[in-house]
Amino acid sequence: MIALMIRDMRLAVRAGGGFGLGLAFFLLVAVIVPLGVGPEPATLAKIAPGILWVGALLSCLLSLDRIFALDFEDGSMDLLATSPLPMEGAVAVKAMAHWLVTGLPLVSAAPVLGVLLNLPLPGYLWLVVSLALGTPALSVIGAFGAALTVGLKRGGLLMSLLVLPLYMPTLIFGAEVVKRGAAGLAVATPLAFLAAITAGSLALLPFAAAAAIRVNLR
Amino acid sequence: MSLLSAQDLAVARAGIAVLEGVQFALTAGQALVLRGPNGIGKTTLLRTVAGLQPPLQGNITAPPDTVAYAAHADGVKATLTVAENLAFWAQVFGTSGAEAAIDRMALRELADRRAANLSAGQKRRLGLARLLVTGRPVWVMDEPTVSLDAASVQLFGDVVRDHLAAGGAALIATHIDLGLDAAVLDLSPFKARPAAQGGIRSAFDEAFT
Amino acid sequence: MSIWEYANPKKFMQTSGFLLPWVTGLSVLTLVVGLVWGFFLTPDADKFGSTVKIIYLHVPAAMMAISAWTMMLVTSLIWLVRRHHVSALAAKAAAPIGLMFTVIGLVTGAIWGQPMWGTWWAWDPRLTSFLILALFYLGYIALWEAVENPDTAADLTSVLAIVGSVFAFLSRYAVLFWNQGLHQGASLSLDAKENVSDVYWLPLLVCIAGFVLLFVTLVLIRTRTEIRSRRVQALIARERLA
Repeated sequence: MIALMIRDMRLAVRAGGGFGLGLAFFLLVAVIVPLGVGPEPATLAKIAPGILWVGALLSCLLSLDRIFALDFEDGSMDLLATSPLPMEGAVAVKAMAHWLVTGLPLVSAAPVLGVLLNLPLPGYLWLVVSLALGTPALSVIGAFGAALTVGLKRGGLLMSLLVLPLYMPTLIFGAEVVKRGAAGLAVATPLAFLAAITAGSLALLPFAAAAAIRVNLR
Repeated sequence: MSLLSAQDLAVARAGIAVLEGVQFALTAGQALVLRGPNGIGKTTLLRTVAGLQPPLQGNITAPPDTVAYAAHADGVKATLTVAENLAFWAQVFGTSGAEAAIDRMALRELADRRAANLSAGQKRRLGLARLLVTGRPVWVMDEPTVSLDAASVQLFGDVVRDHLAAGGAALIATHIDLGLDAAVLDLSPFKARPAAQGGIRSAFDEAFT
Repeated sequence: MSIWEYANPKKFMQTSGFLLPWVTGLSVLTLVVGLVWGFFLTPDADKFGSTVKIIYLHVPAAMMAISAWTMMLVTSLIWLVRRHHVSALAAKAAAPIGLMFTVIGLVTGAIWGQPMWGTWWAWDPRLTSFLILALFYLGYIALWEAVENPDTAADLTSVLAIVGSVFAFLSRYAVLFWNQGLHQGASLSLDAKENVSDVYWLPLLVCIAGFVLLFVTLVLIRTRTEIRSRRVQALIARERLA
């Protein structure tokens, strides 16, 4: 398991692994939005929580197809499926590796982008907390979507179509935490829901994703 | 002791039966070579034996964790070195044979080279070295000698022979003589018959008869 | 004799072939009666004027949009557990119908919302949930279309239907949390205190029955088509092999 995690992270970080692409995309979203809506600080402060969450979500979406597609194409998935690793564990580990190389950098970059978008001061803590709590769910839900479409030649677009509706509850609660946090309101309720979604997804979705992978390998 | 056997096995590709009534048994020290024209279902049969897809009919008997599968695709990661590739699979299978496998497949000089810089034949040798690190007794191989030169085929034949001598077994789909003392199973007679001639009927044949 | 016998394609083709004309006739009859009664033979409401009559399309369509997804969930589970092909194909057949009901619900809602709330669209929880439901339908249909091997497609879409149901349910509550809306509460419920008055809800019940029958008719027709198309695919593939 640990070997798989190290390998996946090593592959992502080495040349051609696409590490950092998500982060760059996140930065671009934070730059493009003010250019689109205008530099008005009050407007930006109002939409910052939503934009930051949507940006993080889209950046995460961008790299999802790498979780399984490369291993599927070069035959590694066949070999993993016949190895002693349970497929559920392999899926969970790969989703975790994806989070470590995609989600975690997004979490750490988010406060800087918050400055660009004029996020009100009390919001920063909750921005980091909600992203740290919510992005693992994005990775594991995305891994499920990637598992469904891994057998398809050009599955990327379809995967987005499948994954985005599944992201909605996470997005709603995640952005709500930041919105309330930035406005100085109590955040406990949406935060609890966000944590529940992450915990539930982490516990259950690897089984669904592993089932989908096995079907696709047939 | 029987390491792997198939009874009345039928396999399907894309939901359609391609082979039926396949029987074989492998005990320690035995190798079986599968022959048959392209498209007869060799790969499908091997994938079924490896447990990647369920048989349509019949069953495969093998003790748990006995089969190591080597497909057309090697699963070699281009950005990892030869040693890293093998070390990963050794860790996954919980064995410690990576170094020995590198020596055995004559990959020592290439050990620190990235797999991206290997030739097709060298990559293939790396893929086959993976079988050694699995530590599993039954090697199921799909055209293992593709893109290997004569010397490498010879080397690989020796490796398989040693494996058999050490109590292993091998099921190989190949058209090349590996110099093994192996039984040959021609799959042509097992080609699935159409439903009308007594072959396996799908649910959708029934609905219209 | 068990109910599972009807999951055999042969038995299903026979039974559905026999039932189809009757169900079709019955659904046309109920829809005509219900809609004519609802549109022309009920008085205008004092508050809403004649706009209220769109409920005879809006409410049944919205109910069927959810029922169709529920039916797909159940048939998907049956396919995964018992491997009955008819069940998987019925789920496939129901999806576009469910999507159409969702779209009808959304469009009639917009048409009704314009005079009532002064806007075609509002990010009201119910409207938003239905929009999300439409997206789930779209994804499900797209996955069926994209996967070539029909059994693989059946397996993958079934897993998606199950996971999607959970997330659709979650979205429903997330959206409620996100915005308390304009939409009125349910017009029909068993504790009849707030129900619309009898004059309106009797024809509404007939319309709902009509929509249910229409759904059954369409699902039967489409499932029969899917079974035939599977048979054709099998024949072509076998021809190619021979």
